[in-house]
Amino acid sequence: MKIVVNGTEHQVEVDPQTPLLWVLRDVLGLTGTKFGCGIAACGACTVHLDGEAVPACGVAVGEVTGEVTTIEGLGNGVLTPLQEVWIGEQVAQCGYCQPGQIMAASALLRRTPDPTDDDIDEAMSGNLCRCGTYPRIRAAIHAAAARLRDA
Amino acid sequence: MIGRRGFLLGSAAVAGGLAVGYRVLTAPLPNPVEPDEGEAALNPYVLVTREGVTVIAPRAEMGQGVQTTLAALVAEEMDLDWSEVRAVHGPASLAYANSRIIALGLPFADYRESWVQELAEGAMELGARLMAMQLTGGSTSTADAFERMRRAGAAARVMLVEAAARRWDLPAARLRTEAGAVLAPDGARLSYPDLAEAAAALEAPRDPPLKPRAAWRLLGRSLPRLDMADKVTGQAEFATDVRLDGALFATVRTNPHLGAPMLRFDAAEAERMPDVVRVLDIGNGIAVVARTTWAAMQAAERVEVDWADAPYPSDTDAIFAGIAAAFDAPTQMALRDDGDVDAALADPRALRAEYRAPYLAHTTMEPMTASALYSDSRLILWAGTQSPTRTRESAAEVAGLAPEAVEIVTTYLGGGFGRRAEFDFTDQAARIAVAMPGTPIKMTWRREEDVRHDWYRPGAIARLVGLPGPRGPEALKADIAAPSIAATQIVRQAGMAPPGPDKFLVEGCFDQPYAIPAFRVQGHVANVAVPIGFWRSVGHSHNTFFTECFLDELAHAGGQDPVAMRLGLMRDEHAASARVLRTVAEMSGWGTPLPDGVARGVAFCFSYGSPTAQVVQVRQTDRGLRVERIWCAIDVGIALDPRNIEAQIQSGIIYGLSATIMGQITFAGGRVEQSNFHDCEVLRMDQCPAIETRILESGESPGGVGEPGTPPVAPALANAVFALTGRRIRQLPLVRELAFA
Ligand code: FES
Ligand code: FES
Repeated sequence: MKIVVNGTEHQVEVDPQTPLLWVLRDVLGLTGTKFGCGIAACGACTVHLDGEAVPACGVAVGEVTGEVTTIEGLGNGVLTPLQEVWIGEQVAQCGYCQPGQIMAASALLRRTPDPTDDDIDEAMSGNLCRCGTYPRIRAAIHAAAARLRDA
Repeated sequence: MIGRRGFLLGSAAVAGGLAVGYRVLTAPLPNPVEPDEGEAALNPYVLVTREGVTVIAPRAEMGQGVQTTLAALVAEEMDLDWSEVRAVHGPASLAYANSRIIALGLPFADYRESWVQELAEGAMELGARLMAMQLTGGSTSTADAFERMRRAGAAARVMLVEAAARRWDLPAARLRTEAGAVLAPDGARLSYPDLAEAAAALEAPRDPPLKPRAAWRLLGRSLPRLDMADKVTGQAEFATDVRLDGALFATVRTNPHLGAPMLRFDAAEAERMPDVVRVLDIGNGIAVVARTTWAAMQAAERVEVDWADAPYPSDTDAIFAGIAAAFDAPTQMALRDDGDVDAALADPRALRAEYRAPYLAHTTMEPMTASALYSDSRLILWAGTQSPTRTRESAAEVAGLAPEAVEIVTTYLGGGFGRRAEFDFTDQAARIAVAMPGTPIKMTWRREEDVRHDWYRPGAIARLVGLPGPRGPEALKADIAAPSIAATQIVRQAGMAPPGPDKFLVEGCFDQPYAIPAFRVQGHVANVAVPIGFWRSVGHSHNTFFTECFLDELAHAGGQDPVAMRLGLMRDEHAASARVLRTVAEMSGWGTPLPDGVARGVAFCFSYGSPTAQVVQVRQTDRGLRVERIWCAIDVGIALDPRNIEAQIQSGIIYGLSATIMGQITFAGGRVEQSNFHDCEVLRMDQCPAIETRILESGESPGGVGEPGTPPVAPALANAVFALTGRRIRQLPLVRELAFA
């Protein structure tokens, strides 16, 4: 099986039923994508599939046809403006949910460059944070949108 | 460089290194830091490498920003440039025992500082050291480190200055330090790495002077967290993110009847599944080792197992009947017994109420995980643990090794909240690794295992009787029944229970700064064997709900404003507490008229040294109640990092709010009924209110911040619900009776 992750093609030999999440983590060593529930209910494993945010625990690797982007590939080795804002707002606490949050937020901003609070609620409510970083996630998304506007 | 490698390889190269046990402990302990060549450990907290200074911040980074704050304590005294500071957790060691933690279990009200308490704390400090507990919890890390780590930084600075003085042949008093270097009056400069070896050969000063607060450059400021960049790029290493060549992946499935063994199992089908390597017997269940975590998880489901029965009643009602039965058993000594309660409560106007709180899971975002490698009679465990020394001891026992043959590498924790003070999961990883010598193992629990095998916040019942009066309650009697955390968690952790009655059972009630003329609080230890443990704010998490809701009932019965009534009770008892309550009233505009369908509730709790008051505002909507806004005032004594403290307060509030609205663990057939986030729901972004926090500082030392945000939110919300609807809800979670939008 071939999959393209962060612009690189990989040949992987696993059961095609294996969720993309575990291929990323266990086979390719891309551990930035996290496991939280395995039932598409927490968002910790959010990656981009052709630019759309999807839970990698809910996609069998055998069915992946598009390009996968993970947190490691988001900025091609440099911080994206969104990540810079995330640092500026000091969003992360334990950090475990954060790669998923950032992948979800970046897909949101691509679709909706200036989201309202309702847009944020809708796009981000699939991503749990047990540390309660929600207020700062919201602030960071608004700040990133403001930067986009000014850019 | 230090780093994990240094510890892993157990480098013996003590290049100019000197073991200086820091004298805050009554006798020197060997320095656990093993410097590599060209490095020097000036004390257990300060390692000077060729590049600069690495601070050993020996508390678990579980999101609370503790490593940043602890590093700042050292960096302040050493005059380091913040952008140059590195922090690592360091090894599991007695040298890093938490001298404050055990004091939490002592049966005194923290806000009443007295010589008796100090004496007892001193005795317990020794006890803590003997028990070698390097534990992150009880919101104690900063208080414990405040003096100790500043002294460590100051001592290192004195040694470095002295080394420079000798090199230049100048008196030390003429030298100063700046940005990680010693400067001579003529502008000559020697960096700390250049001086480290010579400094390490000097004797550590006994009482290095500390900077006055007015001279602080780092402390008291909001610093960028040291872990932030790694956490937004996916580089932060959690326990199964560690790179280990040739690793296999594992998961476990253990008896859902908690505490009971496995009777038999048949793994024939599981072993034939693709990518499965082995199925192991781990005593109370099985472990599967496979080529991917997913294969292990799939196979674990396919093992046929017979489980022994649970050692506790099989369903929630029977469990709570067991808790209620404790009211009839002999009581513990009352931890508060002021005035003549019996006489006062003989009055027919006395109010009576019963409150209940459910069992709760922690559901850290990262389920339980650990990595392990056993080879050449040594075990290395990579784990997000709040309790590395206890974890090592237990893993050593499981592996049949001496503790010295076990190394604990404490990674980042994907949330702790008390769950990762336990060592069940690390024991399992040790067991699996020992069965697979030479092969690194990365073990990940399924979320279902995590929800169903927690050490839960215990269920609890309170029976309250109070006499309202025109100036506030004249009498209050609280009887609280719950299983004992002191008799279970603390014994697991430390091998003994704290002396006297179990404080955790009644904290958040007996120890609150309310001068009620007749006031008695008694704990009743329930004998129910469901596993329980520390859950963010421990006893306060339920007792504050009971106490503060009932006080609200008494305020309404007595025709008083809930804020004014509390102020009247605490004004002469504890000024700092009264101040936070007044502050939150002012922030929220308490008492100003509200539109229809909007209401507010208030609550207060003194916990972990930090009095905290909250006002919650709710709004009735078509889809149910909406928690709109929360105001919080907290007095943290000294605020070392205001922005991080604010994050902790928000975190504590949201964690508590989630539990208040929807958190519960229930039982049927001896098993936990919930399993994953679809039926064990937690608060999401769309239900998160706006939170405004104000931080007051009236103390000489920093109070706790990780937990105090949690206790007041449940009663403040329930009191707001009463103000809005007239319904007094006395059992959590609120979603049992109300819809939330
Ligand atoms: S692990 Fe994929 S959504 Fe939770
Ligand atoms: S930062 Fe810890 S779960 Fe979100």
